[in-house]
Amino acid sequence: MRAEPGPHGFRAAASSALKDPGLRANFRRAMDGLISKRAAQFPDPAEWRAMRNLGAAIRARSVANLPALLERLEASCTRRGIEVRWAETIEEANGVVLEILRSHGATHVVKGKSMVSEEMHLNEFLEEHGIESLESDLGEYIIQLDGETPSHIIMPAIHKNRQQIARLLGEKIRGARYTEDVDELTGIARRVLRKKFFEADAGISGVNFAVAETGTLCLVENEGNGRMSTHVPPVHIALMGIEKVVENLEDVPPLYSLLTRSATGQSITTYFNMISGPRGAGEKDGPFSVYLVILDNGRSRISQDPELSATLRCIRCGACMNHCPVYTRVGGHAYEATYPGPIGKILTPQTEGVGARRDLVEASSLCGACGEVCPVGIPIPELIVRLRREAAEPAPGSTVAGAGTGRSRAESFAWWLWERAHRRPALYRLLGFAATRLGRFVPGRLPVLAAWTSVRTTPRPASRSLHELAKRAGVPHE
Amino acid sequence: MNEGARERILRRLSAARPPAAPPSDFDVLAKKEWPRPARYPRLRFQMESVRAEFLETTEAAWPASVRKFLATEKLSTMLYGPGTAAAERLEAEWRLSEGGPRLVPYDRPIETGDSKRQLFDEMDAGFTTTRGGIADTGGLILWPTPQEPRLLSLVPPVHIALLDTRTIYNTFWEAMRSEGWASGMPANALLVSGPSKTADIEQTLAYGVHGPKRLIVVAVHRET
Repeated sequence: MRAEPGPHGFRAAASSALKDPGLRANFRRAMDGLISKRAAQFPDPAEWRAMRNLGAAIRARSVANLPALLERLEASCTRRGIEVRWAETIEEANGVVLEILRSHGATHVVKGKSMVSEEMHLNEFLEEHGIESLESDLGEYIIQLDGETPSHIIMPAIHKNRQQIARLLGEKIRGARYTEDVDELTGIARRVLRKKFFEADAGISGVNFAVAETGTLCLVENEGNGRMSTHVPPVHIALMGIEKVVENLEDVPPLYSLLTRSATGQSITTYFNMISGPRGAGEKDGPFSVYLVILDNGRSRISQDPELSATLRCIRCGACMNHCPVYTRVGGHAYEATYPGPIGKILTPQTEGVGARRDLVEASSLCGACGEVCPVGIPIPELIVRLRREAAEPAPGSTVAGAGTGRSRAESFAWWLWERAHRRPALYRLLGFAATRLGRFVPGRLPVLAAWTSVRTTPRPASRSLHELAKRAGVPHE
Repeated sequence: MNEGARERILRRLSAARPPAAPPSDFDVLAKKEWPRPARYPRLRFQMESVRAEFLETTEAAWPASVRKFLATEKLSTMLYGPGTAAAERLEAEWRLSEGGPRLVPYDRPIETGDSKRQLFDEMDAGFTTTRGGIADTGGLILWPTPQEPRLLSLVPPVHIALLDTRTIYNTFWEAMRSEGWASGMPANALLVSGPSKTADIEQTLAYGVHGPKRLIVVAVHRET
């Protein structure tokens, strides 16, 4: 529930992250690995382009037909015995989940990975209402033990190294001895969580793709905790954002392929789990009840803008953050948002207000890497620029949340002056003269300059402008 | 309140005018083709790279191969789903001689008596059939049924999967289209490509996190 920028703001959080060499090493190592694994999955540029065009077309079709597809999804799910609930806000979504759990008398919940549940801060909410909600994805389990939030949407505990994880498990798990062996650490988690799967009253999961045609909820995973959470307990609640719907079952294979290859450099994950209903007649296991909670939380507002609606194509692979020079250096927590990295830079400001989260749209060098690797062709750099403009000055008819609220007086003055100077030759010459003759006396500590000069030498303007030099050299005026 | 949320979301979405989508060209998937004899080696290579193990056998010998494997690996109990043709073959094999690994039927709902605890604590292996495989990426297609429930391939620490090597599709996309999945999806369908794994600690691969620690593919080669 962060309506405001986090307690520090990106600038402060980023600068403290930059001073943590351990954190930077953890991210650098992980991102380098992910970049090379992804590259190995797309050796043929023609295949990559064709796959990306297909992925972009499928997702654009979803976004273009959201209301019809969501209604069709609801009808298909209902026909298959999956109960559908809608929630406009995270408060409503939390309320819906709580109501379902209470109606089944559930007090112990196991969770598969779900970024929507992170948006909802669902674990805290359920704990406050006396329901134990345990993350079962290994990375999520580790950070939940430490009271943290994910620093990456695919690898939530990537900011920690094995020594930190070894200490954490050694301290928090009864009977666990300190070990830095990854197999042993995994074994400890397996032992604890198997018992939890066995005992759980309900399982909660996310959804990677929801198929309108068949009412199928698709889950991508390697660990098996997603299958455990959705098959063992008697109740399964799946959470999805409205944009997760796709039209046809045959739309799923290309998106699945793009997702796993882009996210972790795998051609296929260990499990691809397709759920189209609760336990049927004669079946001996599987949940008796399956619910699908469809959450808006600002997404329908994003769909209003023809350009920015591309944000909703995202399939949450994380390739944009893996390739982002800013993310790699500061890590996920500096963004103080559920979704870090480039996709977070365009998504969070649109849900929380582009003025309030202006720090995020500015946290980019516009190098373009995110846009190049996006498997569904979201033009992230262009959207960042668009949102920077929206923060200061709304486009006509703008529907962007908080448009125009990020305007600063210094910035407005600077652009006002720039405009005047370029319309009035006398003023232009005066400012040019002042800059060349007096520029070197401007102290670098001035408010706006300080951000630049704190890490760079103060630039010294030349004593004559090019204009003047050219004139003196007799270059003819065009 | 809930009805209101649905209506409000749909109303806002209907007011939006997002750009029309370009056509979806699936040609890139249709082009992924391998000659039949090349499909199984490709599947095996891909799945071995994620630590799946293979037992090469024949139509006549596979039940004995499975039994021998269990004995060699000291797996004393194997859960299976009665009521399939493969199950009958297993039962026949087990009738041939006494002793050795035990064949345990998954024949009642997990809520029955002590069944769930036995499933979690006492089964060394679970046996399932498969609908086929995928050459492109590796992977087995499983449709759990009342005979072969979902947890059979998930909870026991070793999953033994029977694969007819003639049923390997080029791609996942081809499999679902040629079998017409869209007109009749089961309550649960799965792709499985290896034993359960994680890379959540320092990106170091560790196998056997929540699901099976080993996946054994019993590859049945038939005369064609």
